[in-house]
Amino acid sequence: MENRGITFGYGFLTQESSFDVQFSLIEYDGSHSYFRAYLVGLLNTILVSVIGIIFATIIGVVVGIARLSSNYLIERSAAIYVEFFRNIPLLLQIFFWYFAALRALPLPEKAEPMFGVFFLTIKGFFIPAFIWNNLDIFIYSVIAAIIAIFFVRAYAKKKQENQGTQTPVLLISIGLLIILPLLSFLLGGVDASIEIPVIEQLSKTSFTFKGGLKLPPELISLALALSLYTATFIAECVRAGVQGVSKGQKEAAASIGLTPNQVLKLVVMPQALRIIIPPTTNQYLNLTKNSSLAAAIAYPDLVLVFAGTALMQTGRAIEIVSITMLTYLTLSITISIFMNWYNKKIAIKEK
Amino acid sequence: MNKLNFLSPDKNNLYAYLYSGISLLSLSILIVFLNSFFSLDLTSFLPGTISYFLPLIIGFIGLHLIRIEYSGIKFLDIINKNINTNNFNALLSLLIIFAVIKSLPPLLSWFIIDANFAGDSKDACSGSGACWAYIKTWFNRFMYGMYPNAEQWRINLSFIALAFLGGVGIFATDKFKKYLTLYYVVVYPVIAFLFIFFFISGGPIFFDFSYGIIAAVISIVIGFFIPSKFKMYYFLIIPITIYILLKYVFFYEELIELGKIQAFEWVETGAWGGLSLTFIVSFFCLIFCFPVGLFLSLGRRSDLPIIKYISIGFIEFWRGVPLITVLFMSSVMFPMFLPEDMFIDKLVRVIIAISLFEAAYVAEVIRGGLQALPRGQYDAAKSLGMGYWKMHIFVILPQALKLVIPGIANTFLALVKDTPLIFVVGLLEIVGMLNLAKTNPEWLGFAMEGYVFASIVFFIICYAMSKYSYNLEQKYKTER
Repeated sequence: MENRGITFGYGFLTQESSFDVQFSLIEYDGSHSYFRAYLVGLLNTILVSVIGIIFATIIGVVVGIARLSSNYLIERSAAIYVEFFRNIPLLLQIFFWYFAALRALPLPEKAEPMFGVFFLTIKGFFIPAFIWNNLDIFIYSVIAAIIAIFFVRAYAKKKQENQGTQTPVLLISIGLLIILPLLSFLLGGVDASIEIPVIEQLSKTSFTFKGGLKLPPELISLALALSLYTATFIAECVRAGVQGVSKGQKEAAASIGLTPNQVLKLVVMPQALRIIIPPTTNQYLNLTKNSSLAAAIAYPDLVLVFAGTALMQTGRAIEIVSITMLTYLTLSITISIFMNWYNKKIAIKEK
Repeated sequence: MNKLNFLSPDKNNLYAYLYSGISLLSLSILIVFLNSFFSLDLTSFLPGTISYFLPLIIGFIGLHLIRIEYSGIKFLDIINKNINTNNFNALLSLLIIFAVIKSLPPLLSWFIIDANFAGDSKDACSGSGACWAYIKTWFNRFMYGMYPNAEQWRINLSFIALAFLGGVGIFATDKFKKYLTLYYVVVYPVIAFLFIFFFISGGPIFFDFSYGIIAAVISIVIGFFIPSKFKMYYFLIIPITIYILLKYVFFYEELIELGKIQAFEWVETGAWGGLSLTFIVSFFCLIFCFPVGLFLSLGRRSDLPIIKYISIGFIEFWRGVPLITVLFMSSVMFPMFLPEDMFIDKLVRVIIAISLFEAAYVAEVIRGGLQALPRGQYDAAKSLGMGYWKMHIFVILPQALKLVIPGIANTFLALVKDTPLIFVVGLLEIVGMLNLAKTNPEWLGFAMEGYVFASIVFFIICYAMSKYSYNLEQKYKTER
């Protein structure tokens, strides 16, 4: 290394970065440091991973249950979806959405509004945004509601163990989640107004939308491809999990007089989850790691911003690649520790 | 004549329900069909929203009417059981049928009817459909990358020869069956490498082949005097040793000039590309990642703490980072640690990086199989006096590997699907070539055709692999 004239050190992190990133969750421009550029990339990676995980879970669970349907058509459509999307490389899917599908969208001036307020254009997806007053009070109220739900659950469990009666925990939880934030609106002085994107002319031929929230096409295509691809694997996990619960369990539960809903909630799902969680964790990890493919379509994630632009500018290959890898390692290990904890919580408690 | 109750169809007036139900159902399908294929709106006299939902309502009533249990008509019972068990299912079935009918015409017209097949320039594609002429023109590039056109027969020939040599196993007689594993694990990869090095790359041919032939002849002649007990070990070690001795010790000076004779034009790996590169990368990564993964999984279960923790650290490291950063590392970081005059080819670096990456996943899959075996198997093998290696080779691994065929197949599929990522280091396989072709100024605006084409190619490859693994799984399934 020495004879190539390369020095080693992490001092460059505080230097001025002098490059711009087109999409960032925190305030950032060229005058900020490389460390802030790193944070921008990291937050963008986390953003797309979280969106991807949420949608992949929803689609995956729906498709997985559809694959167990007694309806031949539904079962077949779900199977075709799974076979099709998981046998095509993810990179190809990202390219397809970004370069082929989303390029077919209209220009901003020709975009038809969906429900009057959403604008799907070639420059991105424009949605209304909330403008908050006293946002912090609102957030506190939500946190308070969540804490209250934990107490209610603990109380309900104790009550069931002592007296054998069930409390409608779900209803109370939903009520708490609605009422407490609502109170913050009425009493806490929280105020939210909705800002609808309005078309604006930049020059003679160039239009854009002003106000509201802009989701760039890179984010949309990446999130779309990631969730559609990962959902196929989650669907298979869900299917294997539900099939893994033996028939006798359901019959036994029904014979002691549980209703079908109770059978599903109290007998089938707890056992199925035990089979579903470990492989699904792996899929979440894979999704997070796969989000690094963002670099291919110029979504400013960690790899593009830090291991791409910053590396080109500073030439500090070893430091930057090692930081990037360590970050992904940390992310992976964090998710897997959390999921292991959850898995342990729902595992069979043998005495 | 019983009273007709349309809310709950029963068997008494079977045919009345049946005819009215089927006619309503076919009417609804007919409306959607005419609407989507011939843009003919039969219900245009009704207000917009009603006319939009009318087929759904009619079909729903139709399905409700034919939902008669144990009707005695076989076809009807099959329909009812499979797509029409209750109202909710009936609605979903209808929605799916309508969605298929609705989506057929645009798909058909894009793929076939309005598509352009002939021509070799952008002007030939005027229709609203797909431009398959684009794929036709660029087909060579998608298959062979930047490989010179005149030399492409070399790739074809090598692949055909390798496919033939790979298929030899099917025709092996019982006498040779026991050597098949050896053949596929050791001999075949070497042959494949030689083919790729000499043929596709155009390496100096005479040099190595002559030594190879001399080494083979000498070792076969000596081989007659070796007791059959050691023959396998002998043929594993001796030919390669003689080859290395010949090449680097005995004839090093004399033949070095002769060795530079090249039969083919040298094509550097940067020019390789397209689907053939996908095959080459996947093939070698598959071959390398399996043994590495096997040893890692054994290492992770080892009793020796050093081996165990090194294996764990290695596996968890590779599993924790994305492949794209690994490739970054291999292309940017790795060369810095090499001595100045040493140079390792890009393709080789990529193959090593992907192999190590996938080996970690293979290791975890195999570990699952090893853990699934009952302790009794280990104890039984030990009680027969088997050592560690004998126990694993003859007792543990055959059973464990059988158990994890689906897992290994999934890892291999993931590997094939990961190959497009080599664009990071500047190697362009089929997806990379598509992106290159897409930006060609003479062929702008045909991204969709390219991606659809590549999707179909990958789908065929991966689907075939997954079906093959399923067959293997069924073949080696044993009752426990």
